[in-house]
Amino acid sequence: MTAAPLITVRDMTVRFRTDEGLITAVENVDFEIAPGEVLGLVGESGSGKSVTAKALMQLNAKNTVYDPESHIMLQVPDQPPLDVLSLKRERDMILVRGGAISMIFQEPMASFAPAITIGDQMVEQLRLHSDMSRKRAREISIEMLDRVGISDAAKRFAQYAFEFSGGMRQRAMIAMALSTKPKLLIADEPTTALDVTIQAQVIDLMKDLVAEFGMGILFITHDLGVIAQTADRVAVMYLGRIVETGPVREVIKNPAHPYTQGLLHALPRLDDLDAPLVPVAGDIPSPLERPPGCVFHTRCDRAIAGMCDTRTPEATTVVEGHEARCFDLTKGQEVA
Amino acid sequence: MNAPLVSLNELSVHYPLGRRLIGAAPVLKAIDQVSLDIPKGSFFGLVGESGSGKTTLGRAILRAAPISGGHATYCDGEVDYDLGTIGKEQMRDYRKRAQLIFQDPYAALSPRMTVRDIIAEPLEVMGITKTREETDARVREIAAKCRLNLEHLRRFPHAFSGGQRQRISIARALVCGPKFVIADESVAALDVSIQADILNLLKSLQRELHLTFLFISHDLSVVAHVCDYVAVMYLGSIVEVAPTRELFATPRHPYTRALLSAIPSLDPDDTGQAQRLEGEVPSPASPPSGCRFHTRCPVVHDRCRRDIPHLQEADEGTSVACHFWRETLPG
Ligand SMILES: Nc1ncnc2c1ncn2[C@@H]1O[C@H](COP(=O)(O)OP(=O)(O)OP(=O)(O)O)[C@@H](O)[C@H]1O
Ligand SMILES: [Mg+2]
Repeated sequence: MTAAPLITVRDMTVRFRTDEGLITAVENVDFEIAPGEVLGLVGESGSGKSVTAKALMQLNAKNTVYDPESHIMLQVPDQPPLDVLSLKRERDMILVRGGAISMIFQEPMASFAPAITIGDQMVEQLRLHSDMSRKRAREISIEMLDRVGISDAAKRFAQYAFEFSGGMRQRAMIAMALSTKPKLLIADEPTTALDVTIQAQVIDLMKDLVAEFGMGILFITHDLGVIAQTADRVAVMYLGRIVETGPVREVIKNPAHPYTQGLLHALPRLDDLDAPLVPVAGDIPSPLERPPGCVFHTRCDRAIAGMCDTRTPEATTVVEGHEARCFDLTKGQEVA
Repeated sequence: MNAPLVSLNELSVHYPLGRRLIGAAPVLKAIDQVSLDIPKGSFFGLVGESGSGKTTLGRAILRAAPISGGHATYCDGEVDYDLGTIGKEQMRDYRKRAQLIFQDPYAALSPRMTVRDIIAEPLEVMGITKTREETDARVREIAAKCRLNLEHLRRFPHAFSGGQRQRISIARALVCGPKFVIADESVAALDVSIQADILNLLKSLQRELHLTFLFISHDLSVVAHVCDYVAVMYLGSIVEVAPTRELFATPRHPYTRALLSAIPSLDPDDTGQAQRLEGEVPSPASPPSGCRFHTRCPVVHDRCRRDIPHLQEADEGTSVACHFWRETLPG
């Protein structure tokens, strides 16, 4: 990787204060994203993907506690680095929310106010982040709608979200997110609610836009196929920890962590219709009963007693750029 | 192929769209002239995008959607019902034989019902069991078959994970001993590991209880792994039916080909872009003339805009509704 990372996350731990006590949602997470790079974040429901994404824009709820070592550094080229977690005032947050960073969500309906036209919302958003004239903001918005493949963009500009089909709303949301020319785009399950043929169109569109605008993307999904088609690198999350990360080809073809291997065995693959679908053994522990040591040891058939249930595995390099956190990978070396 | 358990002959479900003073009232053709045989003992897949009519077709077979034309029959060797004209008494019997697994039945149920109550309710409503002991025995038997922890029967379902809740729904559908079961998006909201677990359970229940399944799903990869036959729907019509292997090896309808290539492949180099479909599914309230797929079809001919193609036997046990399937087959 030549370009300096746009965003660098180090040792991030996110907890929530709840009636049942402090819940750990994300623990000691490290990653970075360079300009023009797509990082896929994959994991089961509740693994902490959305909490991680929201942390980058400080969008988590009021009951959130970040551990003091947690660090998020936003480095936009030609601008001073920004320590995101140190931003306390709402008006400082404007720098990251919808400015340098934009986010698109799974449910596009929720991102549009029902009583305001799509166009007015886009114009509003643009003017919040620049001193652009209304006329210019309108031009840019229509251009963006056209760019994401919405035909008759000038007419659509004056319509409301409910007048759009699901696929069109998703496109409009992408158009709105990109109109401010963000450096980093966070896409949280942007295609999950869509039919496959529309999902394929949106994936193509996002690839084109990365090529054109060169922004970095954090692409969140639980679908490994979508990751394979969109991401350069992938991070696999389980119970708030990144257990494996590496180039997408590498991780899918040569998974090193028992959890990643388990996910791939459970997946119905079209390239092997005879393969049995093997679930990962056991149940996901409740957030209140977070396992000590390696978070996956309660479901792992390779867990080593006295080791995996007490100590947290460090990241081990599988091949250059491909790392996994598993004692089974270092077992040989420790014995030697 | 076994004899059909359920047989549909030009079955239609049309919903009126308001009234008109002169001329025929406009209708929404949710299902239009569908002919289909579901072989006894099969795990039969029904796939298509949202709005294609999958759920309506399932509901029509259960008589939960109005049949506006054509015929649907159910014949399991013991009884033979014409579902369009079935009487009240027969209907009561049919309800025990044909059941639906709800994706999430809990919204419609009282939150004060325990897992046991939820599974027992169909037995009580249909008056199948006479005593509480008999009900409890049936509930425990089916709960065990669905690999539910019997200790959990006294608890409330809201405390359970998605996978366990799905097992409860399955047990509730199977408790009255049906022969035909419709599973509508039964694994759609589940994580892959839990999905694998539920799919394995459905398959083993099918073998153990000699069930016939209609498995409705938008996920072709799942269907490819569990179904014996697959029917592909588009805008209220069936465009292709084939044994699963055959459908995935040689999709004959251009829509089936596009649908398969849209599935994101695990191989980053296989982008499937060659078959990309433009635009979205048209509204079923104003479907295109001729072949309903012609507005998005990459190999459309003039004739397709005029003539409706009917589902016809092709080769290798498949049926296709396309005027030009043979000519447009790649390779
Ligand atoms: N404000 C909050 N208070 C308490 N717990 C929270 C809060 N926000 C999130 N959580 C918990 O944090 C954990 C991680 O949630 P998160 O939404 O990040 O999961 P996810 O990986 O995005 O899942 P999904 O795939 O379902 O979207 C969950 O256990 C969730 O319940
Ligand atoms: Mg999420």
